[in-house]
Amino acid sequence: MTDPATVAKTLPSDPFRRDVWPRVAAGVLVLYVLYACSRLDVSWERVQTGLENAERFFSRLFPPNFQRWDLLVKGLQESLEIAVLASTLGILLALPIGLCAARNLMPPWVTWPARLIVVMARSFHPVIVAIVFVKAVGFGALAGTLALTVASIGFIGKLFTEAIEEISLKQVEAVRATGAPFASVLAYGVLPQVFSRFIGFATYQLDSNLRNSTMVGIVGAGGIGGTLFAAFQRFDYDFVCAILIAVITLIMIGEVLATAVRAIFIENATLADLLRRGDKMRRVRHSEDD
Amino acid sequence: MATVAHNGVSERIWRRFTAAQRLSRFVVYLVIVAAIVLSIQTIEVIPEFLADAPEQVADLFARMWPVDFPYYPGGVHDALMETIHIATLGTLLSMVLALPVGVLAARNLVPFAAVNLAAKLVLVSSRSVNSLVWALLFVAIFGPGALAGTLAIAFRSIGFVGKLFGEALEEAHPGPIEALTAAGAPWTSRMTFGYWPQVKPAFWSIALFRWDINVRESAVLGLVGAGGIGMVLDSALNLFQWNRVALILVAILAVVILAEVAVTQVRRRIL
Repeated sequence: MTDPATVAKTLPSDPFRRDVWPRVAAGVLVLYVLYACSRLDVSWERVQTGLENAERFFSRLFPPNFQRWDLLVKGLQESLEIAVLASTLGILLALPIGLCAARNLMPPWVTWPARLIVVMARSFHPVIVAIVFVKAVGFGALAGTLALTVASIGFIGKLFTEAIEEISLKQVEAVRATGAPFASVLAYGVLPQVFSRFIGFATYQLDSNLRNSTMVGIVGAGGIGGTLFAAFQRFDYDFVCAILIAVITLIMIGEVLATAVRAIFIENATLADLLRRGDKMRRVRHSEDD
Repeated sequence: MATVAHNGVSERIWRRFTAAQRLSRFVVYLVIVAAIVLSIQTIEVIPEFLADAPEQVADLFARMWPVDFPYYPGGVHDALMETIHIATLGTLLSMVLALPVGVLAARNLVPFAAVNLAAKLVLVSSRSVNSLVWALLFVAIFGPGALAGTLAIAFRSIGFVGKLFGEALEEAHPGPIEALTAAGAPWTSRMTFGYWPQVKPAFWSIALFRWDINVRESAVLGLVGAGGIGMVLDSALNLFQWNRVALILVAILAVVILAEVAVTQVRRRIL
């Protein structure tokens, strides 16, 4: 038995005593913010004139002008096509690459090149990749599709590799012990373990591609982004507002559909269930939702 | 489960999913295939451009080589630093703005459904607008420059940080909070001693994660005039100075990789 007096001695005098380092870090952070603000020419006058501009800007943004709806629909349709094709191509290419990058199934000479491809594909923003593809295959939807395909390879490849590396090897061993060839080991030992996570990030990627497909048009790679940027440069702010409303609606519909697909495949819900319990669906959202 | 007569003995066929579940899955597959087929049929691909592609790619690399490294100290370094400042300041600002919104969105902290819904609406609209669109809006308001970029990054990140922070708060263990409440602690003490220590690791990890994303995103904001390396990239592209474009791409790649390494190290040491 320890005597209460010695216990009291070993305890720190103030149980809520703060460490010094967080304070030092906070001080450094404040200094950094001041320095960075001075470098970026952020001043109160600029904010004030900005607020005046904002008033004028927002008054011109409303009411939204849907008169050129044919242009709007054409752009949205092209964005949708880019998103669908880029996701399909990206997933098809990312699966073998992701599998090759898994350290628990493949030897190092296979994983390293595969990992390098995934890292390269993830490093650049899709819009920058789109610039390169616009030069390679010309203006239009094809450049956007290829750019988003690269982005999908990076994202799905990385997550698929991580998912495979976390599987239980017992099932794999069991399938192997029956003398199954490698393809069967994959089909019966590996894929069933990663399928639900795969559905999670595939739907997430479709969602993310849909968002980016509305943007790659800024550099001429097809979709509604080109229309948006042109409207901005011509100060057609009421048309800009209409485009933004349409894009946000499209993205939200995409998010609802992605959630429905996740519910059907991960929670084994049926279509009737989905109509009945819109509330329960919200729980299955992917945690990395961006 | 259907029963089938087989050699006079009735035999059950076990199925993993009910008919309704199978139908639902089938509908999803059908929609996916239909979407792919429709997209392939209607997407505009110009065959001349496609045939030209290998030649263009070769031309691209020929023009990119040699990479214009001597241009770095004079033309790229400052813009690159500006990009990092935009990403960092934007992330910090978004954390300050997202804290209250995240708290309001957490159902266990604020038991008013209307407030939760309003906060979630703020978060969803922040996330639904791409950072490039936020940048366009802020360039229209504040004029071209890094201020617009910083605000764009901050407003785009509020939704991300606030959503994940709100979810972390909702997952906090109620034990310590009950203990504090039982001891008569006021709301502020419950927050600082009950919730904050529980969500602190999640909060910093979300912030680091978002900073990593923001470094990538701030590199393109300059394409719409919101400061940083994107502006240098834009002018190099407009002047067809491909060896400078190559230098800028190498610089962005280096920064992105360094940022990822830094985040991994900080996460390992501190969190």
